[in-house]
This record gives sequence, structure tokens and C-alpha cells, in this order.
Amino acid sequence: MSTTESHVHGIGQSIKRKEDDRFIRGKGTYVDDISLPGMLHMAILRSPLAHAKLVSIDTTAAAALDGVVAVITGADLAAHNLAWMPTLSGDTQAVFVTDKVRFQGQEVAAVVAESAYVAYDALDLIEVEYDPLDVIVDPRKALEAGAPLIRDEKEDQTDNRCYHWESGDKGATDAAFAKAAVVVSLDTHYPRCHPAPLETCGIVADVNPATGKATLHLTSQAPHAHRTLFAIVAGLPEQNIQIKTPDIGGGFGNKVPIYPGYVAATAASLLIGRPVKWIESRSENLISTGFARDFHMSGDLALDNDGKMLALRVKLVSDNGAFFADAQPTKFRAGLFHIVTGSYDMPVAHIEADGAYTNKAPGGVAYRCSFRVTEASYLIERLVQNAAYELGTDPAALRFKNFIKPEQFPYKSATGFEYDSGDYPRALELALEQLGYNQLRQEQKKLREEGKLLGIGIASFTEVVGAGKSKEYDIAGLKMFDSAELRVHPTGKAILKIGVQTQGQGHETTFAQIVASELGIPSEDVVVQYGDTDNVPYGLGTYASRSTPVAGAATAVIARKLREKGRTLAAHLLEVSEEDLEWETDHFSVKGAPDKKVSIQDVAFAAYTNMPDGMEPGLEGVHYYDPPNMTYPFGSYLVAVEVDEGTGEWKVRRMVAVDDCGVRINPMIVEGQIHGGLTEGYAIAAMQLIDFDEEGNCIGGNFTDYLIPTAWETPHFETHETVTPSPHHPIGAKGVGESATVGSPAAYVNAVVDAVRHLGVTNIDMPVTSAKVWQAIQDAKT
Amino acid sequence: MFPSRFDYSAPDSLDEALATLGQRADETKVLAGGQSLIPLLKLRFAAPATLVDINRIPGLDVLEESNGHLRIGTLARHNQLAADSLVGRRYPTIASAAPQIADPLVRNLGTIGGSLAHGDPAGDWGSVMLALNAEVVVRGPTGERRIPIDDFLVDIFTTSLNEDEIVTEVLVPQPEGSFGGAYLKLERKVGDFATVGVAVHLELDGDTIARAGLGLTAVGSRNIKPTNAENALGGNKCSDELFAEAARLAAEAADPVSDVRGPATYKRAVVEAYVKRGLAEARDQARARAGRT
Repeated sequence: MSTTESHVHGIGQSIKRKEDDRFIRGKGTYVDDISLPGMLHMAILRSPLAHAKLVSIDTTAAAALDGVVAVITGADLAAHNLAWMPTLSGDTQAVFVTDKVRFQGQEVAAVVAESAYVAYDALDLIEVEYDPLDVIVDPRKALEAGAPLIRDEKEDQTDNRCYHWESGDKGATDAAFAKAAVVVSLDTHYPRCHPAPLETCGIVADVNPATGKATLHLTSQAPHAHRTLFAIVAGLPEQNIQIKTPDIGGGFGNKVPIYPGYVAATAASLLIGRPVKWIESRSENLISTGFARDFHMSGDLALDNDGKMLALRVKLVSDNGAFFADAQPTKFRAGLFHIVTGSYDMPVAHIEADGAYTNKAPGGVAYRCSFRVTEASYLIERLVQNAAYELGTDPAALRFKNFIKPEQFPYKSATGFEYDSGDYPRALELALEQLGYNQLRQEQKKLREEGKLLGIGIASFTEVVGAGKSKEYDIAGLKMFDSAELRVHPTGKAILKIGVQTQGQGHETTFAQIVASELGIPSEDVVVQYGDTDNVPYGLGTYASRSTPVAGAATAVIARKLREKGRTLAAHLLEVSEEDLEWETDHFSVKGAPDKKVSIQDVAFAAYTNMPDGMEPGLEGVHYYDPPNMTYPFGSYLVAVEVDEGTGEWKVRRMVAVDDCGVRINPMIVEGQIHGGLTEGYAIAAMQLIDFDEEGNCIGGNFTDYLIPTAWETPHFETHETVTPSPHHPIGAKGVGESATVGSPAAYVNAVVDAVRHLGVTNIDMPVTSAKVWQAIQDAKT
Repeated sequence: MFPSRFDYSAPDSLDEALATLGQRADETKVLAGGQSLIPLLKLRFAAPATLVDINRIPGLDVLEESNGHLRIGTLARHNQLAADSLVGRRYPTIASAAPQIADPLVRNLGTIGGSLAHGDPAGDWGSVMLALNAEVVVRGPTGERRIPIDDFLVDIFTTSLNEDEIVTEVLVPQPEGSFGGAYLKLERKVGDFATVGVAVHLELDGDTIARAGLGLTAVGSRNIKPTNAENALGGNKCSDELFAEAARLAAEAADPVSDVRGPATYKRAVVEAYVKRGLAEARDQARARAGRT
């Protein structure tokens, strides 16, 4: 690990974010800010029904409306072989409906018009006749024999199962359970929620009829992967596709998939010969794009009489909606859910997962989460809490007893992960100390005697982020490496081009800081570029907290390579041998003669003006990094809540978060990430739900029904850190963008349950609304 | 926002507004703060042919006491009511409710007249005005009417306002004796519609309740005035038992439905809890006021 003098503003410094000047001044450029000459506007007609045969579409009146250029139906797309497209999980998804509707809000047709107003007016004039079919919204019912078949168009698909997947050792797990003194069980539903980025999805598709070049301005978290998939879907030659992502207003996993609107707008531009803009509305985003979670989980935890964990068994049913469109590595059908043994030294485990098609929107994206880690973390942390109650022991003590010990790292988990580093007891100890845990437990006891309810919840999570290695991890077959290209100019300024895509994470700042620490060029002299596939090297994009673990590593490696070339140049300039040189922050000096030195800027200039004979000119390079392992950030979150027994209302009194993400590149940005994640974790725990009625109507299709917390109800966060570097990452960093979303929901729920458990309550499923708390208390009383 | 096409007029006088409204009253909507109407236009749930914007008409934002009433102009914004010192001193139920309405953005634009005319049973002002026995003043082609709030509110999104009439003022009787009031609101987050809201107004003579007013939000097809509970309180001395009985009667008067905000039994339980708490708070305020004079 390098140390950095303050003047180059490198790793470890909370410098302000370079990107914020333009955002604060309203000078960012989002997809909807782009307007091209001759541009048309597209609006999409969506099905009001969840499951229905498409009988007929009459577009005559819509096409006749003044200003309408084209009306596109599924039949039109089918004529160009574009009615179906592949998903990121190897399934197919309808672009527009040709045979039957499979979820409410599914794309049926589109209008392309001179203005968005006209396009929406014309939608009202399209007449569609549907023949309703039986609707299934419960995945467990969908898997029952005789359930109506949702994917009847798929050959070999005779039921609604979209996958079956297992992990771990079933025999050994069953044997351990047979011997266990205590078995604790929990049935819980991690509800369907939605990433809901403030900027919805959209595209400006510009296919030049003369050159055939398709320039797609796209809300994309993975521009290169999207380019390749577009080439495959649309049959366009890949060199003629340029994906350009301008500023992205939040992604959280929602902008990883390819959506029908992108394909339709591109097809429209191709056929009409003019640019076409499509920007979805808030409701369209919530009802049709990638949702998250929706796991029905049954967990059993086996322990001995001393509270030592013996085995974990999980059966789960995932609701994948009408099309299996999870964004996750091919060989793991339930993502990385098998990290479910969490922070505990679990001898054996077995996981059995079944996915179901239902009449709901497709998705299952990793909402601020590394592929289903959130569901796993929630289940184990809720189980551990209930196990403590069952054993009559303190929930913190039970965790200490079962934590993987610091000396056990690297630790091979029962389901095959190799945890890189960790010190779980230290993080929990720090959190308990900061909260004043013992004192609060005493207060809880006293308040209970007065009839008042106080609860304390703990979650000691472990994340697994930073895919790949490429051997095991891919998206739609594309291996999960990433890249960085560093170009140092003659004057010592630099451009860094990376294959990952910022959506608010602050890449323009933190990646420049890595270059500053490794190559000595001040971070303000390093411009970071991304998101234009014609300009930056191939990468798999930003999600699953992978930017720092993978592209951050690529950046450090290429900077080090250039530094080594710089050493040769410095030796040439100082007329000494390379072995006689020392590197210090931003210059080479001669050992024993520190005044004899050349700066990195001098070295850069020499690379273009005064290189030694035979040296390749320039100071540029590209590195593709294939990580040897994932990184495993962790932490302990403590929540104290007060519950109003009369109304079920609960308020967070304290929230203490200890995070360990290894080396922190920009501590301020890390803090910001943690605050954002803790807020989203609170939102999921307290209020967020994409619900459906029996007819498959989506309840939660706008921000009146799908709730985003404001500063008013968001708890005050007390954040602390420990630092356990990743041993295999070049700068010891781990991903951090998602830890707080993954870890915190269980802490909030554990706290509320802890407040009312003496009344007989053992579980309240999320979202933990005041109504549910009140109901749980009433049910426990009867 | 891509609403259906509409004509827009922004007259300078009430007469002009009424004239425009009168031309095609069934296809025209009055635009005040727009905090309910604009979302309906955006979602294309409403597609009026014409909007009459009354924001440029002078005098519609009056806020003063006269002739035994507090006159609240129809264009008084929620934030104006939240910040007004007269309201703060003399109308605690209004002062308590105003800052709990929606969020700051809505409160800056939303108006009392628009809110009441919208007739949303989850609207907060309906309950407050029921508790205070307010009247709504409306103007139409044939002149002015004063409608008691209990007659003004009819059903979900339905009031006794005619299509060719405009709400101009709300009249709130001035409180007498020592008084207190509160608005208690349960919401899932700031800006959410109420799961349950309870408006309470008390006027005390010594420790005897001279007048009690209650209003319930989001537990029926309109804001509810639990008259039995009010009658049980009136003329009696304040006591925890009396408040518990009134709370029970108010919960009985509530007629909630089960929905995403909770089951009906829950909402009734919250009405009961909040009426009890609201009455105690109003009583404490009234006693404090009596102590000061």
C-alpha cells in the first residue's frame, strides 16, 4: 500500500467530488437533456391487464392523428425479427406483445410522433381487444400442479418453474440437524421492492441512415455489455454501435437490464431514419422495469446446547415475474444467495431454490446489492436473533460465539466462498461500545416495567462483492473482468478511461485519487472518462459494488506499470541505473542523494521529448484486471427503536453503523455511500413494497404508493469504521456501495421485534409498517 | 408531464372567472394551488377542456378576524396558515394541522379552498373545519351562499359546491373561554396521505367542557364528524374516563376500509388512541390558557 503526501490528493483524503460542480449548478447532462435535430418522441402503450390473450390492435385512429409519424406493434417488430429479445439470465422476453400479455404494464405498442404530447394523445386512440386469462401473483401457487401456464410460448416449458438450484451439502446438513439440540426456524418474505432511481430509464436512439452508425444515448450501468447485446439482439454490426451514457441519475441495479423501450426506439430510428427519444414516466419505471428481491424464504438453524451453530438449511421460492431477467452470473441461478452462512463459522449448509414465473413484471435486479446477497444477509441475521431468544442468550453474545475468527481467514465457507479477510468481533465490539449496549439493555428492562417498549436490533453482515474472477462470474456469457487505460500527456496531466460506469458513485474523483497515489500526478490533473464505448476500454459496468474491486485494481496496476516505465526514463534523465532510484510520492530520486531527483511531470515530458534509444515513445497503457477473488466487506449495525404500543408506530432512537470496507480511497465519499445505503435499508425495512392484488394490478406504481423516505423520517446515523484491507486487492480496498443496504434492514427489523418479543411476537415481515406492528401485538395477545 | 390538451385562462376578477366557468362548467376546472389537480392532469385521470386559474384574482387570500369569525380566503396557502401569528395564538387546531399537510412544496402552493373543494376524505382540512364548525362561502352566477362544512362535504371527491360556483372563503367561529386544540396525524412518511387523522377542539368553562369539536380523516367516504362523541363531552367535566368514552364513540363513528395503510380494525384503534391523546392535549392547552388569564 502506498502512502500519499497530501499535495497530490490521493488515497485516504476526503477531497471534494469533482463532478459536483456541474450537478450543483444544474449543468449536468442526462439523457432527457439531449435534443438532436429532427428528433422524434416515442411513447409506449402498456397493458392494463396482467394476463390476457391479445385479440386485436387497431392503430388506425392513432396513425391518423396530426403529428404521428409511426405506430409500432408487436407484429411490426416480429416482421423484423425483433418481437423477442434475450434476457441477462438466458431467458427470452417480449419486446412488444404478439401472443399474450403476461404482466400489467407490459409493452403492447408504441407511437412515434413529432412531440411527446402528440405521442401520448395518440396512445389514447389505439384500440386493443384483450381476452383475459387467469392470473397468478403468488409464486408458490404458480409452482403448484395445474397452475395456468404463463410461458406457453416456450418449447419444453410445461410448468411455471424457471429454475431449480442447490448449493452446499444436503446429506451432511441433514445429519447435523438430526443431532442438533436446538433448531430455530423462520419463514419470511423479503418483499418485492424497486431501485427507483430518481432518473427513470430512457434512450435517444440515433441511427444514421447514410452511415448505418447507431449512436445510442442510454441510461446504462453497463455500456459495453449493452453494446454487445444490442449487436446480438438487433443484428447490427458491433463496430457501428456506439453506446454513450451521459450523466446517470442513479441506477441501483435498475439500469443493468436492456428494456423493450430501448429496442423499440432503436428500431424506430433505424426504420424512420430520424433520432427517436424515449423517456419513461415514473409509473412506467415502477411497474415495468427491474424490481428487486421477492424471495419467500424458510430457514432452519441448528445449534448445540451451548449455542454453537451446527448447520443451516434454507428453502426458498423466488418470484421472478413473467420473464427470468435477473442480472446475475450464469451458473448461480439465485445469485450469490449461498453467502447465507454470513459472518458465522457454519460447518455445513444446504440451500434449495426454486424460481417461479408469475404475472408480474420481470427483474430481480441486484438493487444496491451483489446478486441476492441482501436476501441472504437478512435471513441469517433474523435467524440468529431468534436463535438467541430461543436459547435465552444475548443476541450479541451468540454472535461473538459463532463469528468466523480473525485467524481463520482466508476462510472457506460451507457453500464454497473463500472469504478474503475480516475481523468481525472488532466491528461488533466497537458498535456495542458506541451504542452503550449494556446500559441500553438495562433501560429496556426498566421501561418494560413501566409498560414502554424499547428494542435493540443487531446485524453483523458479510458482503461478497467485486465479481469476478472471470472463471466463475459472467453476465450473459461476458466474463466479469474490468479495465483501465491511462494516458499521461507530455505536460504531466492525464486521462484515465475506465470500463465501469458511474451513476453517482464519484468515480471521477476516486479513480483520479488512485492514480495520484500510484503515479504521483495530483488527482486534480487526472480526468476520468467512462461511458462512451467508442472511447473507453471494454468493461462489464458498475453494479454489485464492483467498480473499486475490479476497475480500481486495474487502475492501480496500469499506474504502477507506467511508473515502472517512468523509472527507466528517470534513470535516463539522471544518468544513473534504475536500481539506484527510489520512488517517493511524485518523484524519483537517487538513493543517498535525495536532491538529485526528477518529478513525474519531468518523466512524462521526457517520454515524448527525450526517451532513451530503443524505448517505445509515450506514457500510456491499458490493463485488463481479472480479480483472483471477490472482496468481503463487513460490518455491524445496531439500531435502537421506541415502539408505541397503542398505534404500532416505531421510531429509531439510535443507529450505530460500523463498516469495514478495507482501505478507504475517499472517506467522505465512502461515508456518503453508507448514508445512502442506510437510508435505503431503512426504507425497505419500514415502508417500501411493490404489491399486487389478485387480478395482478400493481399497487405501488407511483411515489404516492411506493414510498421514498425524506430527511424527516430518516434516522440520524452514527458511522464508525474499522479497516481490514483485502489481501489480494492492489490497494487493499473492498467494495462499499451496497454494504449498508445489504446489512441494515435486518437491524431495523430485529430492533422492532426485540421491542415486542416479550409480548410473544417472533416475526414481522417487511415493510414493518405501524399497522403490522400493531397487528402483531394484537395477534400475540390472543 | 404530458397532460391532454386544454385551454387556459387566468382572469383578474372573480366575476370574470365565474363568467368563464359558466360557459362550459361541466368541462372546466378551477385551478387554485393545483396540488391535487395537476397530478390528476399528469396521470390523465382528469382531462378538462378549460382551466380557470384564480391565482391572479386579488383579495382571495384574506386572513383576519371580523364579525365573530376568522375569515380565511380561499387562496390562503397551507404555509400561510402554518406561519400566521393570529392563527398560532387563537386557532390551535388549524396551527397544528397546517404544518402536517403533505410536504413543504405542497404547503407552499396548496390552498385551503382547493383542498376543501377537492372533497378528498383523506384531506386534513375537512376534519379541522368539522371540529371547528366552520362554514364555506361560495360564489356562483346567482350570488353567494354560506354552507356549513358538514353540509359542504358530501362523499368521496364530492361536495355540495355546484359546477358553476367557486369557493371564496372559509369562516371559522372565534373560540370562547379557555380553549385548546390539536391535529393528530398518522402517516407512513412525510407527504403521505393520512392513514388516520383526528382533529380536536375544546372550549372549557372552568373544567367543564363548553364545546367539543371533533373531525376524523381518512376513515370514511368523507371527513367524519363523530357527533355522539362530541355530545358525550359537551357539558361534562374533563376526566380520563370521559375522554376514553368519547374516544370509543369516535372510533364507533369511523367507517374505515382495509387497504395498504392497514386493516380497518387498526385504523379504528388509532382513532380511539388519537382522540384520547388529542383531548388530553387540548385540555392541557385550555388549562394553561386559563392559568395565564
